[in-house]
Amino acid sequence: MQRRWSWRSRTLRALAYQVFALALIAAGAGFLMHNTLVNMRVRGIQSGFDFLTSTAGFDIGESPIAYESTDPYWKAFAVGVLNTLRVAAIGIVATTLLGTLAGVGRFSRNAIVRGLSYGYVELFRNVPVLLQLLTWYILFTQVLPPINEAIRLAPGIYISKSGMSFPWPLWAPGHAMAAAGALAGLAAGWGYRRWARIQFERTGKPWPVVLPGAALLIGGAFAGWLIGGAPAALDVPVKGEFVIEGGAALTPEFMSVLTGLVIYTGTFVAEVVRAGIQAVPRGQVEAAAALGLSRWQQMRLIVLPQALRVIIPPLTNQYLNLTKNSSLAVAIGYPDIVSISNTAINQTGRAVECIAVIMAVYLALSLATSALMGWYNRRAAIRER
Amino acid sequence: MAAALEPLAARAPPMRTGGPLAWIRTQLFGSWPSGVATLALVGLFAWWLPGLFDWAVLHAVTAPSLDACRAARGSGACWGAIVEKHRLVIFGRYPFDEQWRPLAATLALLALLTASCTRVFWNRWLALAWPAVLVAFFALMSGGVFGLASVPTDRWGGLPLTIMLSTFSVALAFPLAVLVALGRRSTLPAIRTLCAVYVELVRGVPLVSVLFMASFMFPLLMPPGVSIDVLLRVLAGITLFGAAYLAEVVRGGLQAVPNGQIEAAASLGLTYWQTQRKIVLPQALAMVVPGIMNSFISTFKDTSLVTIVSLYELTGSLGLAFDSDADWRPYKIEGYLFIAVIYFAFCLSMSRYSLWVETHLSRSRER
Repeated sequence: MQRRWSWRSRTLRALAYQVFALALIAAGAGFLMHNTLVNMRVRGIQSGFDFLTSTAGFDIGESPIAYESTDPYWKAFAVGVLNTLRVAAIGIVATTLLGTLAGVGRFSRNAIVRGLSYGYVELFRNVPVLLQLLTWYILFTQVLPPINEAIRLAPGIYISKSGMSFPWPLWAPGHAMAAAGALAGLAAGWGYRRWARIQFERTGKPWPVVLPGAALLIGGAFAGWLIGGAPAALDVPVKGEFVIEGGAALTPEFMSVLTGLVIYTGTFVAEVVRAGIQAVPRGQVEAAAALGLSRWQQMRLIVLPQALRVIIPPLTNQYLNLTKNSSLAVAIGYPDIVSISNTAINQTGRAVECIAVIMAVYLALSLATSALMGWYNRRAAIRER
Repeated sequence: MAAALEPLAARAPPMRTGGPLAWIRTQLFGSWPSGVATLALVGLFAWWLPGLFDWAVLHAVTAPSLDACRAARGSGACWGAIVEKHRLVIFGRYPFDEQWRPLAATLALLALLTASCTRVFWNRWLALAWPAVLVAFFALMSGGVFGLASVPTDRWGGLPLTIMLSTFSVALAFPLAVLVALGRRSTLPAIRTLCAVYVELVRGVPLVSVLFMASFMFPLLMPPGVSIDVLLRVLAGITLFGAAYLAEVVRGGLQAVPNGQIEAAASLGLTYWQTQRKIVLPQALAMVVPGIMNSFISTFKDTSLVTIVSLYELTGSLGLAFDSDADWRPYKIEGYLFIAVIYFAFCLSMSRYSLWVETHLSRSRER
């Protein structure tokens, strides 16, 4: 049979549309690429990533790894990535706690707790996060007293315009033993949990899991610490005339970024948690109450496991948002990856390469977070029989 | 046989379940943890609020007097700083004598937005009013016509710029988002992949990097000799960014339209575009109005980021107003609170509207 290629053939049209779309995109990309090359030649802009190995020549306010202004650019970028990761990791943990508290608080029987959760969410969700960061920055750098009048929050903890100083254990090999002990405790706790579960399924009696598990973990760490010689030396900050020496310190930039992001994202997490809890049918709670479970047991055993399935996908989005919003740190000078790239653009003029670095870093972080949460989501999903 | 019938003592009346006392008993002291929480929180408020009230009201200075503000420093707020700077904060660097123009243009835009949210105005005229008002907005702002003095875009600023950026970017992103959402559900693999790559790529990077691209990289992408105004570049950046998020919202609506609708349309002999336009999109878009509204709210908040690439919208113009003036700079925090209230008022009214639409929509579905 002879095939007639006519415009009425659906296959042909589909093919034509796709070829046309691809050709359009390719032509557009080619046009932009050509323009870029021409512009770069005209303006004498060099391209390529070879600048990564040349000396950066600028200082970075805070860095988790050793960094000097004589170090190459790639090391400056690495510092930026680590600073971004530091804010994102601590922020994700803190925002989960705050958001869960506020989200569960909306279902409290206490009117003040309900009102407070509601007020917090409405107030901080409706103000741009950048404005909140700037406000926290002013609060931390202008309203607090100068360093020679630093406020002593607790013995050894000082807060002032220049940041917060607090005691930090001096590194000793015993700490490695403590970490090993904690790991052993974790393993023991996991084994105990399995055993408790088997007991529960055999006898039907609930077996305490949380407290003994925590005791195993803490006990393991404590035992490791004792075996390691109980190193107790602390590096305690000492307040001098113009400077606070010793201890660990948080800069006001870091505190502003972290506080602003956690409080802003916490409102969205609270809404996600609330929606998740509301999605659990009321009959489940009533049935649990009829079985004689306490309110706390209803929440932990019946509501939360079901709500978690609804919560996890939007929660992942909020984690990604927090990570992406940490890029606003550039506005208050916290040296995250965007801030460092901005400096690098101004120094080298290689906008294309530096923006490519920013985008690659965030894309990688997004994909990694999605993959991790996807794995957890599959674990929490209903196991259908 | 005396006292054969002693009446029983009267039982206590049942607990009252109405009235303020009962409310306090059940809502504030329902159980002992609840009672402890109530006492702790009330204590906290009693400790904090009087100081806050003192600062914000009792010891506050409302007159634009620098001396009074300096005297009250540390004990009271200086709202006088806002009285002094409000024109600069709200209109940015727009020429002082011409500031009625951004005011009129913004009011027209707000009126259009309000009309678009009101059912009575949902007709053909609204569709015509949109392009008309958008063109009028640009004409009023930039001038050069009808004898208005020309004002270059780098002098635009403040609240008009915030409202303009968010409205224009959502209005432009919306058609693009519908196309991309349709593309992601298309049966043509090349188009589906292109749309998916676009959405995932944009959603994976922060807006700041897109703005950097608009600011630093865009000039390199244009043919030599062509230069595009920075405002338009940034607007294009926000539009492309917002379209990816909006496309996901629209796709959610498309997925919620039952397949039977499309099959029924096909059996009636409608073409692809007829099906989408007459059957699928009206149902899908009606379902995602709250999502679109949320998208608008986040774009409204996101416009504050353009201050990073030196456009002076509300947040930027506040910095401009206070940073350039050493006398008033210490009172920037009051300025931040002031624009926070503006953002809050806009965002809250939008989210309230979105809630109203949601209940409205679900009412029609309930039987």
